[in-house]
Amino acid sequence: MKIFEKFLNIDRRIIFLLILLGVAIPLIWTLGFNLEVTENVQSVYTMLEKIEPGTRILISFDYDPSTKPEIQPMALALMQQAFTLRLRIIATALWPMGVQMCNEAFEKVSAEYPNIEYGVDFINLGYKSGGMVTINHMAKDFRSTFPADAGGNPIDEFPIMKGIKNFDKIGCVISLSAGDPGLKQWVMIVHDTFGKPVAGGTTAVQAPTMLPYVNEQQQLVGLLGGLKGAAEYELLINKPGFATKGMDAQSVAHLIIILFILIGNIGYFATRKQKDNLKA
Amino acid sequence: MAILMDRIGIWIGVFLTFAIFSFLYKDNPFYKIAEQIFIGISAGYWFIYTIYNILIPNLFIPVTSDFTHNFILLIPAFLGILMLCRLIPSIDWVSRYALAVVIGTTAGLFFKRYLQSDVLNQLTATMLNPFASSNAVQIIGELILIIGTLTGIVYFFFSKKHEGAFGTTAKIGIYFLMVSFGAAFGYTVMARISLLIGRLNFLLGDWLGIIKP
Repeated sequence: MKIFEKFLNIDRRIIFLLILLGVAIPLIWTLGFNLEVTENVQSVYTMLEKIEPGTRILISFDYDPSTKPEIQPMALALMQQAFTLRLRIIATALWPMGVQMCNEAFEKVSAEYPNIEYGVDFINLGYKSGGMVTINHMAKDFRSTFPADAGGNPIDEFPIMKGIKNFDKIGCVISLSAGDPGLKQWVMIVHDTFGKPVAGGTTAVQAPTMLPYVNEQQQLVGLLGGLKGAAEYELLINKPGFATKGMDAQSVAHLIIILFILIGNIGYFATRKQKDNLKA
Repeated sequence: MAILMDRIGIWIGVFLTFAIFSFLYKDNPFYKIAEQIFIGISAGYWFIYTIYNILIPNLFIPVTSDFTHNFILLIPAFLGILMLCRLIPSIDWVSRYALAVVIGTTAGLFFKRYLQSDVLNQLTATMLNPFASSNAVQIIGELILIIGTLTGIVYFFFSKKHEGAFGTTAKIGIYFLMVSFGAAFGYTVMARISLLIGRLNFLLGDWLGIIKP
């Protein structure tokens, strides 16, 4: 029975070490676990596929470097798909560091699409404080909310902004969100008030709180939840990247955690039975 | 020069990463240093960011360039100053006026939105005919959605003692809640592992060059 007691007293540092190895090894040597696309992710992909080429879509970068490993792969995959479909991207940020996240993503993606031109196919309008109030104001007067792009140049100089006064000429809104303000606020204003399709990508922590919005009412068209959502999207656009690679490590880490949960439970129930017998 | 600065940046990042991870072994001075650097830099960064990206473009420039059309901005500026009065104990009560305006405005502006999105639309999404679909999986899924919603709500009804049929319904609600907590916990684990993957990708890729970042 001593072995069961040992199960309950495993040094936590051993668990940390095993998790570290479980994550590091698959990053070095790819294991290639199978990945299936879920309906929520497929819906986002299909939504973009159905939009006419040349249409402007709005992507909001509502996250910062602390959640970059989860959300940046989504941004890259969505931008790649949008540029492949010849959709034009208007980028905004409700989080200050979202501006840099957007610039970084555009720099990386634009290297693959040499014909993409800033101001014509893409624009970064930068950060605006205010959350829901800002979105509401965009719906009423887009130009006074964002009179200039992130570099301080008046938006009238850019062809991509021609005719944009509110959300009327925006095909859809996608919020890549790590919290508040973020996806929920976009749903409330853009879909629930103005009826425009909204989709999003969130951190895994936030995903369960946003999933109820993917419903019959189509408050959210679809949702990319955490690294898995990003990996599924990479699979859909057929461009495996960081998220796909990360899912191998993610799966191994989960297996280790499940193993330790089982060990802990076996140890708990075995020693409890022993204690009950002693009491009797 | 740019490459050298890049390398220095990576080495600082590596040092800070190891300093933070060292806490997993036990608390130590390196962890404390990294923690204090993080807090200090964050506070400094936000202070400067607020001045240059919020106060200057939204207040100082409009007021100084066109006072006649923008003098109304002095009201939120004044409320902002009132908020800072919290730092002076003898007049900290003044900040309550600013807080009252913020809370009142937020409640007024957002009440309708939250009612529409979180109550009406969510309720409408649950009021569905589960047998409308010909797909068995979808029918079962929608039945689970309806039962889960109703029993979950019953659990939170505390004005009647949870016993008999009512208690059984509430107990079923607890199971649904436990499943949702479990799913949330699973997602949280995934998020934390994702952050570890990000750090290891940096260490193994950007620093050691073993993997392609």
